[in-house]
Amino acid sequence: MTDIWQGILQAFWLLITLDPTLIEITARSLRVTLTAVVIATALGVPFGVWLALNRFRMRRLTIAVLNALMGLPPVVVGLLVYLMLSRAGPFGVLNLLFTPTAMIIAQVIIITPLIASIAHQASRELWAEYHDLLISLGTTRRQRLITLIWDGRRSLLTATLAGFGRAIGEVGAIMIVGGNIDQLTRVLTTAISLETSKGNFSLALALGFVLIGLSITVNLLAHILSGTERGRRW
Amino acid sequence: MVTTILPLTLSGATAQVHGKRILGPVDLTLGQAGVTMVIGPNGAGKTTLLRLIHGLQRQSGGTQNWAVGVDEARAAQAFIFQNPVLMRRSVRDNIAYAARLTFGRSSTTDDVVDDWIVRVGLTEQARQPASSLSGGERQKMALARALIRAPQMLILDEPTAHLDGRSTREVEAILLDAVARDTRLVMSTHDMGQARRLGSDIVFLHQGQVFETGPATGFFTHPQTPEATAFLNGDILE
Ligand SMILES: Nc1ncnc2c1ncn2[C@@H]1O[C@H](COP(=O)(O)OP(=O)(O)O)[C@@H](O)[C@H]1O
Ligand SMILES: [Mg+2]
Repeated sequence: MTDIWQGILQAFWLLITLDPTLIEITARSLRVTLTAVVIATALGVPFGVWLALNRFRMRRLTIAVLNALMGLPPVVVGLLVYLMLSRAGPFGVLNLLFTPTAMIIAQVIIITPLIASIAHQASRELWAEYHDLLISLGTTRRQRLITLIWDGRRSLLTATLAGFGRAIGEVGAIMIVGGNIDQLTRVLTTAISLETSKGNFSLALALGFVLIGLSITVNLLAHILSGTERGRRW
Repeated sequence: MVTTILPLTLSGATAQVHGKRILGPVDLTLGQAGVTMVIGPNGAGKTTLLRLIHGLQRQSGGTQNWAVGVDEARAAQAFIFQNPVLMRRSVRDNIAYAARLTFGRSSTTDDVVDDWIVRVGLTEQARQPASSLSGGERQKMALARALIRAPQMLILDEPTAHLDGRSTREVEAILLDAVARDTRLVMSTHDMGQARRLGSDIVFLHQGQVFETGPATGFFTHPQTPEATAFLNGDILE
């Protein structure tokens, strides 16, 4: 119990004093994850909506593959990205291993299938509603895609937020490809892992509270956004 | 405005769902002018026939011939559904969506949209979400969204089925206005009063088959088939 109390007190202390290390680690976490979320959204949302819109022969297989990719253990993704980026790997010359870029790549691979899958689910219902009208109006496939993304933007936001939640709390893959290097690739989760292994539970807990606070803030934002939506009765 | 896409000729046209035939074979010609009312008991195939004409229902057999290519014919039609599709946008943006597809984004398009909002009497509601409209208002929005593209032919599937008397009158006024500007109407209804008020021709469907076609006046006074006679008498048709 004293550990938890100490952790809480220290977390407050670190927050109140705007501890430079804490700020730095938090900022890096946000930078890496937000970048990954933006890229994964740009890839996953159009693909998920496209899947809802189109009937083609390999569709079921594609969805099965997507779901399988969603269940990939992050640690394995980390290993694969490591192999790709290591000196001897095909992209070794880029010198990306143990950089924030490598961590972004791993996170994009982990959350894009998740975002695509949720976007697919979310837009199926909308497409069922819009199908007859959009066919009747003679829209092109491209116009349908854009319309579904735009009119479904609020429910598609849930896909993006789920991606954020998964990425910000991920530790296995970014530990492998980032290396948890102080002042370079250390983020909230890897720092928590390190402090815990050092027996430094107070700091680990403090970082953990920051991580939880961050998650709650983002989810709250999403909730407020969807609340204004319901208020307008769309 | 001249109806260049018509006549339409259906020969032996059929439609099926899960291998079961739900329409046809239908032989039918729709001429260049007039208001064709498609009538018949529930499940007769009215909706299926209209959707087949518009390309929303796949035709499983027979032929469908327009005076022009099918793509050109489809582009010159609009469809009004029994339950209007509400896009998750404002009333104005629902109408603007269709207008922009046809005319592109411009201030001229915006003016035409505003004009149609006034014409269908939705000025007060223009900024509201479409979902906030009443049944009658929704159908008027759908009519503006369809007519703003100046279709040669408007297909309507029981557009007033869920509406009260006042809304029905307003919808019919908009339709008569469209007819006055030479829009070809093909619509289904279960309201025989409406069929008499608006129809110039009748297509009587029963069990997926066309039992009778012809001028409305003749049909209502001298139906040719026992089925049509029974239907007009209000008997229950099996
Ligand atoms: N999706 C469907 N699946 C199975 N049967 C259908 C489907 N759509 C229509 N039907 C059947 O086709 C027949 C014609 O339906 P419909 O065209 O909706 O008739 P109407 O509009 O005249 O009431 C009905 O017997 C109906 O049950
Ligand atoms: Mg029907």
